[in-house]
Amino acid sequence: MAKLILSMDGLVLKEIALTKERTTIGRKPHNDIQIDNLAVSGEHAVIVTILQDSFLEDLGSTNGTVVNGQPIKKHFLQNNDIIELGKYKLKYVNEAVAGQAKAADFEKTMVLRPGSVKAPTAAPAASAPAGPAAAAPVAAAAGARNLSDTLAGQSVTAAPVAPPKPAAAPQKNAALQLLSGANAGKELDLTKPLTTLGKPGVQVAVITRRPQGFFITHVEGASFPVVNGKTLDAQAHSLNDHDVIELAGVKMEFFLKT
Amino acid sequence: MTLSGALEVASCTDPGMVRSHNEDSIASDGDQGLVVLADGMGGYNAGEVASGMATTVIITELQQLLEKKIPYEVDAHSGQLVAHQLLHEQIAKANTSIYQAAQSQPQYAGMGTTLVVALFYDNKMTVAHIGDSRLYRLRGGELRQVTKDHSLLQEQIDSGVITPQQARQSQNKNLVTRALGIDPIVEAEIHDYETQPEDIYLLCSDGLCDMVSDDDIGLALQTLSSNLKLCAQHLVQTANDNGGRDNISVILVRVLRDYPAPRSIVGKMMSWFK
Repeated sequence: MAKLILSMDGLVLKEIALTKERTTIGRKPHNDIQIDNLAVSGEHAVIVTILQDSFLEDLGSTNGTVVNGQPIKKHFLQNNDIIELGKYKLKYVNEAVAGQAKAADFEKTMVLRPGSVKAPTAAPAASAPAGPAAAAPVAAAAGARNLSDTLAGQSVTAAPVAPPKPAAAPQKNAALQLLSGANAGKELDLTKPLTTLGKPGVQVAVITRRPQGFFITHVEGASFPVVNGKTLDAQAHSLNDHDVIELAGVKMEFFLKT
Repeated sequence: MTLSGALEVASCTDPGMVRSHNEDSIASDGDQGLVVLADGMGGYNAGEVASGMATTVIITELQQLLEKKIPYEVDAHSGQLVAHQLLHEQIAKANTSIYQAAQSQPQYAGMGTTLVVALFYDNKMTVAHIGDSRLYRLRGGELRQVTKDHSLLQEQIDSGVITPQQARQSQNKNLVTRALGIDPIVEAEIHDYETQPEDIYLLCSDGLCDMVSDDDIGLALQTLSSNLKLCAQHLVQTANDNGGRDNISVILVRVLRDYPAPRSIVGKMMSWFK
């Protein structure tokens, strides 16, 4: 369950769990999070929570809403985001992300069954595999629909989110230097996750860049690549600094770059 | 009817780096032009049971039916393409089997599975899917997602609540809005597509596409297309290198040549007079 930690000048004032579909923030007393400060508008912002995801939306406040130093209209909250309203700070903490040990549970696939909104007393066996969590997704699915209604036609202006971290690439970079053939002396940087070598239809091998290092694997052709004078089999072969590869009649040296 | 030599099929399935069970199931019959992938869910081993039932029912029943039924013909009674009818009927059958097992045996209560099936015939492919297992196509160096997930995230993307980029950050992954075996009746989404020689089709569970970017999937299909088995293993390995948080299954189908329906002259004459 995600929560907000309200603080001012580094002093924690309170914690608010995001249990509701809509959590309103503002100066007036009817808000879920009331901040009695003139810099805060009567109805300042709202947080819409759909299962594990929360979205912050500014409600046209006078002084605006700032997340991590950037003014926003609408923002998809990420763990440890800092929301600023005047002198007040709200830190967004999503336990699902923080508690890595529990992560596996959250990743179990579940079924959302819109049908059971109408018939909540469906057969017990039909109440989805997630047990206690099953009711929540259904309710939230309805919430999602409400949200999409209110936002219909309104484009989401949140800042583009960086794509998930790419594969943990090996620390070192590597390259091949051709030792024979027409292009002898030429260097080929191995920057891509996959680099193919050889002549299609004759002999092809691929070098894969993995977190554990670089590996060469035979792809096609009757003859297999030779590394340091030894012919490989169909298995991937780990490459070491200064290994010499022979492929389709061309010799090349693999080396790690610093 | 056989498509022998028209399609090359390779597959790989792996529990991943975190899970102890593999709840995915895959099955294929290249000569019949049939590939099936299912990603099960449910406690203990119920997920495996559900996905295993789905792939077994669908592949064995369709293998038999395709011996006598012609997928590109139109059924006289229903006016439906036979391929669609076959898929509808066998998916319904699999759904009933899983649903009844879940109802009658407490250890299977609530089990279900996603499904993606592709049937190749007459230079075409009919794809049926339920849930968030996907089918992609690589053509002319470009990777395209063919199926659209039945998931909360996809619904949010469609309604503009979040962007596809934000969806990758979402904590609401793995929430499917449709699954096989959960309700007495399920509706599969079924579409037809033209195929071309050199096309490569990828069927996968979310354990692949959640862990490996579309760019890296596309690069692997393009680079390793001449060795489909290696390509399948490489995709699974990449998902594991990136964390392998879920089970990973891939089926690859490469179209080697055209495979038009063998229509006789008499048959053509008949169809003119119909």
